[in-house]
Amino acid sequence: MTSRDLIAPLAVAAVFCVIPFLGLDGALLNLLIFMMIIALAAQGWNILGGFGGLASFGHAAFFGTGAYATAILQTKAGLGAWPSLALGVALGAAVGAFIGFLSFRSGLRGSYFALITLAFAEVLRIASNSAEITGGAAGILIRLDYGFWNLQFEDRRWFAVLAVICVGLSLVLVRWMERARFGARLIAVRENEEAAKALGVDVFRVKMGAITLSAAVTGLAGALYAQNYLFLDAQVAYGSWISIEALFAAIVGGLGTLFGPLIGAVVLLGVGEITKSLAGGVPGVDLVVFGALLILTVAFAPGGLSGLAQRLGFKGGRA
Amino acid sequence: MYSPLIVAEALLNGLMLGAVYALVALGLTLVYGVLHIVNFAHGAFLTVAMFGVWLAWDRLGMDPYLSMVLLVPAMGALGYAAQRWIIGPASRGADNSILLVTLGLSIVIQNGLLALFSSDTRTIDTDYAFQVVEVGPLLLSFPRVVGLGAALVTAVALWVILNRTDIGRAIRAVAKEKLGASLVGIDVAHVYAVTFAIGSACLGVAAALLMPVFYVEPNTGAAFVLVAFTIVVLGGMGSVTGALVGGLLIGVVESASSLWFGDSLGQIGIFLIFIAVLLIRPTGLFGARQ
Repeated sequence: MTSRDLIAPLAVAAVFCVIPFLGLDGALLNLLIFMMIIALAAQGWNILGGFGGLASFGHAAFFGTGAYATAILQTKAGLGAWPSLALGVALGAAVGAFIGFLSFRSGLRGSYFALITLAFAEVLRIASNSAEITGGAAGILIRLDYGFWNLQFEDRRWFAVLAVICVGLSLVLVRWMERARFGARLIAVRENEEAAKALGVDVFRVKMGAITLSAAVTGLAGALYAQNYLFLDAQVAYGSWISIEALFAAIVGGLGTLFGPLIGAVVLLGVGEITKSLAGGVPGVDLVVFGALLILTVAFAPGGLSGLAQRLGFKGGRA
Repeated sequence: MYSPLIVAEALLNGLMLGAVYALVALGLTLVYGVLHIVNFAHGAFLTVAMFGVWLAWDRLGMDPYLSMVLLVPAMGALGYAAQRWIIGPASRGADNSILLVTLGLSIVIQNGLLALFSSDTRTIDTDYAFQVVEVGPLLLSFPRVVGLGAALVTAVALWVILNRTDIGRAIRAVAKEKLGASLVGIDVAHVYAVTFAIGSACLGVAAALLMPVFYVEPNTGAAFVLVAFTIVVLGGMGSVTGALVGGLLIGVVESASSLWFGDSLGQIGIFLIFIAVLLIRPTGLFGARQ
């Protein structure tokens, strides 16, 4: 990776850093923060599902672990917010490594892998709904206490900047991956596992690396979610909604591309807000549109929006 | 401890609950066995069928069991259309694409129902929902006895269709050798869609059997879909016998574990069985070794 490779990700992050200061009202600022959290979760999905070709239906397992760990370590173990966030990411990655170890050792891929990740996320959801440490069905609250060291900002624009910085870091990470041997090996495994093995790629190790990185990034999204909303319950943390939004944003934006998840999150949530306001309080309409967009993307634009942009001659996307 | 009579009743009730599970799983395993695809929208289709039964009762005053007459052909047509005009063309046969298209379809259906019917739960009141049948010293719930009988009849009907009819022969030919089948003049896209139609028609039967004792809301099918996948994986992907035995087994396990551990842990038990089977023996009890 050369310093020139960093220009595009850093420029995009810089642009997004400015947006909070353009005089957005509260609702739009909240939407921006939520977009960044989903973009992060989707980037995590993209590392495994896009670059590695291993579609997961259970990224909630990593998101929820990052979120619960951040919240529990602060409220029950008395740790500071920053170390809690870091440990949340580490624990999310550990859950990824655990699920990956079991699944890849048994050689699961395709539909089987998708289903087993979903089953793991559901086990965690049911368990956390009745466990005492997670606050059970009542959920868990982080005490409101503004301050930099508590990772709570009275001026919500600073939280938006923090979320954008995290997205920027994930862009740099994925750019590094694209340029490093690890990324090349991962793509080789996606394209043809047998051929990659024949060329001496340690398939198991590459997949383990991918799921661990993927889980860490999605875990960070969960940790930010906990810190932003200061409330968690089992349905929010481990519910299938986040597995689905991460997958949708990554695919609609463009699988295996650097900016796909960010584009996907911004477009999907933007479209979602518009349909919600048009539908006027009828529930579920935004998700009907999401589902239809997913089918249309798979059918007509397998490269997602970045792929479309490239086909129309814009340089962005994969550049 | 519980008296042997209570345990025996619980196990028999589990067997009958398992019969309805098996019915849901039959459709799933049939589609997997022939098309080699995992239909993630199966649960959403079940929800549609259950709303169908509820609508027939609510608007037409139709008995839930009688509404099978409407539901089975309607679900068959829905399945045929979904595979022929949406899933087939959109996914072009790639494993991951099919999974994603059926996921997208299930999200559309589930939330479409949410928009139409809201998230209220709906039930059907019948005279026979709480009736019991006396078999010697045992008291068995009437709707569950009907469920067990209907599931067995459906499984036999499925076996007859697959083994004794022309379309059944065509389905098995496509399952074994797609290219060869199309070379001898079998319309593969049509056979795929017919398989999907039969799988969905099974859901029409399952929905009619479920509604007298269960409720429906837009997420109901999603709760069944993982149970159905567990059964399919346990029985062996694509095996009709496996789905039947797996369904009965899971019903008994759920009934026994909720007798001893309470309801929510019974649910976790099913997911853990699912994970264990996938990790240890992904071909299931009756599946062929790859």
